[in-house]
Amino acid sequence: MKRDASSQRTFTRRAIFLGGGKLLLLSALVGRMYQLQILESEQYTVLAEDNRISLRLLPPPRGRILDRYGAEIAANQQNYRVVMIAEQTPSVERTLDALAKVVPLADHERNKILRETLRRRSFIPVTVLENLSWDQFAAVNVNSPHLPGLHPEIGESRSYARSRSLAHVIGYVAAPSEDDLNGDPVLQLPGFRVGKSGIERMQENVLRGRARVSRVEVNAVGRVIRELSRREGQPGGDVSLTIDAELQEFAANRLGEEAGSVVVVDVTSGDVLVMTSTPSFDPLVFSVGLTQRTWQEWQSDPRAPLVNKAIAGQYPPGSTYKLVVALAALESGLTKDHIAYCPGHFDLGSARFHCWKKHGHGGLNMLQALEQSCDVYFYDLARRIGLERIAEMSFKLGLGRQTGIDLPSERKGLIPTREWKRAALNDVWHPGETVITGIGQGYVLTTPLQLAIMTARLANGGFAVTPRLVAPQRSPSSEAELAREHAPSLGLSRSNLAIVLEGMNRVSNSPSGTAFRSRIPDKSYQIAGKTGTSQVRRITRQERETRILKNEELPWEDRDHALFVAYAPVHEPRYAIAVVIEHGGSGSAAASPVARDVIREAQRLDKKRAEQTIRSVDLSGGRTQGGG
Amino acid sequence: MAFIGTRNGELTFLQKVRNINWLLVLLLGLVATTGFFALYSVAGGKIDPWASRQMMRFALGATLMMAVAMVDIRALMRIAYPFYFVSLVLLAIVEFFGSIGMGAQRWLDLGIINLQPSELMRLALVLALARYFHSLSYEDIGRVRWIVIPVLMIVLPAGLVIIQPDLGTALLTMMTGAGILFLVGVRWWKFAVVAVVALAAMPLAWQRLHGYQKDRILTFLNPERDPLGAGYHILQSKIALGSGGLWGKGFLQGTQSHLNFLPEKQTDFVFTTLAEEFGMIGGVALLAVYIMILAYGFAIGVRSRSQFGRLVAFGVTITFFIYIFVNVAMVMGLVPIVGIPLPLVSYGGTAMVTILVGFGLVLSVSIHRDVPIPRRGPFDLF
Repeated sequence: MKRDASSQRTFTRRAIFLGGGKLLLLSALVGRMYQLQILESEQYTVLAEDNRISLRLLPPPRGRILDRYGAEIAANQQNYRVVMIAEQTPSVERTLDALAKVVPLADHERNKILRETLRRRSFIPVTVLENLSWDQFAAVNVNSPHLPGLHPEIGESRSYARSRSLAHVIGYVAAPSEDDLNGDPVLQLPGFRVGKSGIERMQENVLRGRARVSRVEVNAVGRVIRELSRREGQPGGDVSLTIDAELQEFAANRLGEEAGSVVVVDVTSGDVLVMTSTPSFDPLVFSVGLTQRTWQEWQSDPRAPLVNKAIAGQYPPGSTYKLVVALAALESGLTKDHIAYCPGHFDLGSARFHCWKKHGHGGLNMLQALEQSCDVYFYDLARRIGLERIAEMSFKLGLGRQTGIDLPSERKGLIPTREWKRAALNDVWHPGETVITGIGQGYVLTTPLQLAIMTARLANGGFAVTPRLVAPQRSPSSEAELAREHAPSLGLSRSNLAIVLEGMNRVSNSPSGTAFRSRIPDKSYQIAGKTGTSQVRRITRQERETRILKNEELPWEDRDHALFVAYAPVHEPRYAIAVVIEHGGSGSAAASPVARDVIREAQRLDKKRAEQTIRSVDLSGGRTQGGG
Repeated sequence: MAFIGTRNGELTFLQKVRNINWLLVLLLGLVATTGFFALYSVAGGKIDPWASRQMMRFALGATLMMAVAMVDIRALMRIAYPFYFVSLVLLAIVEFFGSIGMGAQRWLDLGIINLQPSELMRLALVLALARYFHSLSYEDIGRVRWIVIPVLMIVLPAGLVIIQPDLGTALLTMMTGAGILFLVGVRWWKFAVVAVVALAAMPLAWQRLHGYQKDRILTFLNPERDPLGAGYHILQSKIALGSGGLWGKGFLQGTQSHLNFLPEKQTDFVFTTLAEEFGMIGGVALLAVYIMILAYGFAIGVRSRSQFGRLVAFGVTITFFIYIFVNVAMVMGLVPIVGIPLPLVSYGGTAMVTILVGFGLVLSVSIHRDVPIPRRGPFDLF
């Protein structure tokens, strides 16, 4: 019994010990519950909501881009594509292998998809293939049981009309990069494109619209249980441009294989009717996916297909700058009767500056000098009035500064001043540099758009018109619009402007003018312009003494740039045009015929549209044309 | 207690029925009812498919419990060894003929029902160990040679379960056995030696583990290791618990369970379902009921006059406790995931029946607490 008693005691002791242990362990469970359900409850509540609630987005259709007459330049078209949701397939690689048996899938595309699936969360769809043909799309559909995680979709993609002539203006769209991700969840959608350049980029806010967002409750496999709330979307708005797409394409075709630019602006409103840059590129390539090779080819091409030469090409204005110098001289008190003698060269100290006409023009007044583009006359003018007056007039006419056009990467050109030279080159200004500035050589740089605006400001009677690419949304009767229609005056003398315009008239319409061969004979459509041939190489003394090489004898990149600026019609200016052809030779031979043809086409289109308007006015009330 | 004086300690059927611990039965019913509500909720507010069948199983289990409670404790002692041997043989048969389910051979298909010998073994081991130690004196227990047999009785079935493979059940079987050895007074230092040996063997054991078992342990040590893979379950369970907060989301309002983020929501993770909908209050209340049941087991054990009765009551209580603790600790991320149900709540027939039959044994001990059992040789078969 004693043994039993001791056994009993041990048993009881240990039973109590064990019971205590159990209580302790169960208290630990309660403690853990306290930690999870009280202390960390908030954090887990958020996670539970994250689990439960998912945002479903319906992407808005991107707005269209229209030309000034309402023709579609950029629109959307249906696009057969395949997206993949990584978490729905056991192996992304195997699924892609299976897909490659159905439709062609290049290695670099495959790698790109793999990278993309790693970068994004596994339930976000990633675009695998786009722009499939109907047959390919059908093949993927038929095989979809063997392609887990892949979903055939019909999406929208951008389509462009007259894409090559408009590429630089319109720009292009592409998949958003990391920088574009600003929290708008729509950017995460597969195949969503944002504007990367041109109008597509600058008007992104208007064009993109707003996605329809619905907050839905989903279960663990992502099936929607119910909709919790919804924010209605808004399709992207259309953007109307001032561009005349037909004329634009004509100008691009007229430039053909040349590297160059044509800009046409309305002299009163500043509407940009034409802005071409050649050679061009296919903007869809960016949307579909650019290969490394194409990119490198474009980058290394000396003719720079990706650069919008109208706003980012900077050229010495050459003789077109004589308009500025002439006006500056008139405004500073010289008259059109000022006469200079041209012996073929101009001496300043020991330096000799040559005229393009080796044996000289003899004695000329201002109109004759403009008409024949005598260099010596303008060397003399520049020396007389000095650099400051030339620079001041240049700025007034819109040179040396950004015009503020609604496009990215506009360059501002260069109008040299003493201060500029000291700051930029740390050097003093030499008098000889003033002399060559007088013929638009030396440091002076301008963009084709600036030259067109300069011409417009001369032709509209001295009003500071600025270029406009996007047609205003408001009705033209609104106050702001009226103010715009009346650009501020530059304070230039009417009679002085008339002299310069008369000089331009003579260039085109006087038999001894440099652009006489490119005139428009019809009196009511006459054009008035100024040629320019800007030298890009230095002519050595030796070459000058023997024989100056002709452009055709030089390699392409050493040839002169051909320039021409003009307004039309002469009696009632409406269009201002600037043509620059890189290394195109002389302005009179290469650039002025292009300008003449574009203006003639503009007038032909005007006439045609006027007839159409008259014909349709009874039916639809008609559509009025822009410009005056 | 009027019936104590009965000749030979024999009790009439009526006396037995009057002697049943009805409060314990009520508490067990309360827990099971909680389970019905939980299963009703996870089915999306429907009685099918889980709650209805669980009720039928409870009815069956409760009937069995009552029947076992009526069995004379001496008869229980007589069948202890044969029952153990039969269970052991069945366990061995499962090893060779058992149908494959859930990656482990745990079921014996008997045509009508699937028998799970490892569940039988839980009770058989308790009975056999109780039978064995009933015959030993405290001094005998102090001697190593008397300990070899019970250790073998524990390790043999545990070994068979391990190769099934069902590591969790094997560990639980061994823990139950260890609990009984501890109670009867096996010396402290022996436990220490086993613990040291076990620790030393761990690297070896690790190499023999199955890939998914290693995964579970690694995931337990660091649940964020793979939030969409192996760690997903435990993370979702913690989210469900945490988002329940103090008062819970309300009956039928648990988002984690209803939207299927919770794995095994009706079986192993049913506690999470409850704690999501009823909050910490609900969870603690359920634990409190469990503690009361454990306390009854304790009281019944202590008050039994025979060593056999004491050990059966404590053995069943220990098993019950281990179920509760491991399951709740698992869903809260305190121990690795092992397939252990929450007793009487999780959906599943075998565990329910095992637990209730176990409590039938406890009730029998309670009814026959004053019946003296003569000491028999530890190796007498009956």
